[in-house]
Amino acid sequence: MTAPTTARGQGLASQIWTGLTRSPAGFAGTVLVLAIVLFSFVGPLLIDQHNPTDITRIWQPPSAEHWLGTQNEGKDTFTILVNSGAEPIWVGALAASMAVIVAVTLGSAAGYFRGRLDSALLQLTDVTVTIPQFLLMLAVVAFFEDIPPWGIAVVVGSTMWAFLFRSIRAQVMSLKEREFVEAARLQDLGAPRIVLREILPNMAGFIFVNFVISVNQAIYAIVGLYVLGLMPSGTPNWGLMIHKSWQENYYLNSDALPYVLAPLIMIVLFTIGLVTMGRGLDQALNPRLRER
Amino acid sequence: MSDPILKLSGLEQVFDTKRGKVPAVGGVDLEVGPGKVLCLVGESGCGKTTTARAAAGLTRPTGGTVAFRGKDTAAMSAAERQEFRRAVQYIHQDPYAALNPTRTVYSTLTAGLRRHRKVSSKAESRDKAAELLRLVDLTPPESYLDSYPHQLSGGQRQRVNVARSLAMTPEVLICDESTSMLDVSIRVSLLNTLGRLRDELDVGFLFITHDLAVAKYFAWEGEIAVMYLGKVVEHGPTPQVIGDPQHPYTKALIGAVCEPDPDLARANRAVDELREADIPSLTDLPSGCTFHPRCPLYEPGLCDGRFPPLQPLHGRRLACHVVARDQGRTGGRGVPARRDGGGQVASWSG
Repeated sequence: MTAPTTARGQGLASQIWTGLTRSPAGFAGTVLVLAIVLFSFVGPLLIDQHNPTDITRIWQPPSAEHWLGTQNEGKDTFTILVNSGAEPIWVGALAASMAVIVAVTLGSAAGYFRGRLDSALLQLTDVTVTIPQFLLMLAVVAFFEDIPPWGIAVVVGSTMWAFLFRSIRAQVMSLKEREFVEAARLQDLGAPRIVLREILPNMAGFIFVNFVISVNQAIYAIVGLYVLGLMPSGTPNWGLMIHKSWQENYYLNSDALPYVLAPLIMIVLFTIGLVTMGRGLDQALNPRLRER
Repeated sequence: MSDPILKLSGLEQVFDTKRGKVPAVGGVDLEVGPGKVLCLVGESGCGKTTTARAAAGLTRPTGGTVAFRGKDTAAMSAAERQEFRRAVQYIHQDPYAALNPTRTVYSTLTAGLRRHRKVSSKAESRDKAAELLRLVDLTPPESYLDSYPHQLSGGQRQRVNVARSLAMTPEVLICDESTSMLDVSIRVSLLNTLGRLRDELDVGFLFITHDLAVAKYFAWEGEIAVMYLGKVVEHGPTPQVIGDPQHPYTKALIGAVCEPDPDLARANRAVDELREADIPSLTDLPSGCTFHPRCPLYEPGLCDGRFPPLQPLHGRRLACHVVARDQGRTGGRGVPARRDGGGQVASWSG
């Protein structure tokens, strides 16, 4: 009998790190996401925040002084872009975390215990799924005019959990019939441990990928609200930039091209980064795939 | 004989399905004592696994009782149930499916120990896990502790499964075809390991198998119960049941074992052929003795009337009208067979 090649006991963090760095796509995605997050959160601290209106420098082309040129008030477009990323990202992440935590908690409880809890929660998701997400957000935003960004996160999160709840519940129902879960029951490990230690780790990849997708959706939702001009135009953000480009017909002005494209490119890059990172995470959290 | 640890009486399990009620197990009485082996054999679908799962408390039987140390498991307090859960462990058939792919061997082995606070420190639980691995001949333990299940072979995984059961210091191990997915040489070495546990730790075994060779190898000093369509048809000490089968179904089972020697194989053909190869459906059981449509000894009027009771005969328990009648006619020719095991056998029927 041969001893297997020894695998060192690894912590979750290092597992995720090795997994992410092993596959080239996952690594590229992670780098992209990290770069955009650093750009949006650390960037504002590093650049000169003094960005005055200057009517002599309206719609300047990109130059060494103004990397992305200037906008309609003569303000530096790059400075605006650096300040615009933070809000969509943290609101999106908050909304997605809420949706995932609620869906995983309720979904695994419903799938594992079944019974009345399950049917009650299923009814609740049926109702939630039938509410059009965007219309609900429009209604809430129209009703509470000065809604803070975290309020938007709550609204977005509360409409997103239901779909994920369904798939988590289905997976838990299938996993709990597996023999290793039965073996855990034979060891009298108790339901909380069985769900947390035996069942959920087997769907960690799925949960992480869904978290990433949810971040994406939430960012779309919040940017969408800004694009439609429904949000109070306080802090600068990608959505507001798109809103202005659209409402004031900047896209007809070739000098305004950097201003129009910059937020779009940021959103597209962030989305691509998240999705490829999600795939890398999926591999990182599956011990079978981790080997290869 | 010491008191049985696990005793099944009149165990019944009826499944409700779309095609009607399926009586998978119809009244089984068996018991397992400390350090004893009871082998349950029979063809696929005869209710072996269902019986074992009910005995392990994994399913609730629809009729009859499972008693642990004389106490019905259905009427246990939480503390007693916990004790039953610890003392009666079950080893699955598929060593691949029974280990969590995301946990290391160490984590799998010690989950129960840590949960029940049997170990106090990480070093202690690692020592304990290594000790368990040594018990099942996975040495050196250090090279297995941090492995994931997919890095192990089938035999190694099944040993980890056994080691996990042993962590609970069980008194009865229920092995559900636990060696059937391993290849022959590994099977024998695992059986030897299990045999050592039986002799050294006094663990009782309820050993389920369809493989008579395994039953003979592992349970030679124990007993065999032959199941057919949810009922035990013959039950007695292994040497007697294998060496001198009485029930026509047991004879057919033994006759079906492949014989490598062609001369002997030809001689075996002399064994009465079954009248029919197909197993009757559980949803539509034949009247009387459920074996009568296939039985070479079938006698109309006698066998299709009522089900033969499982009664002491020939130093074992047997359920067959024809054999029972013939034995009765020859007048106690079966009595000498009730040697030392006789009293014990007689007590089973009660």
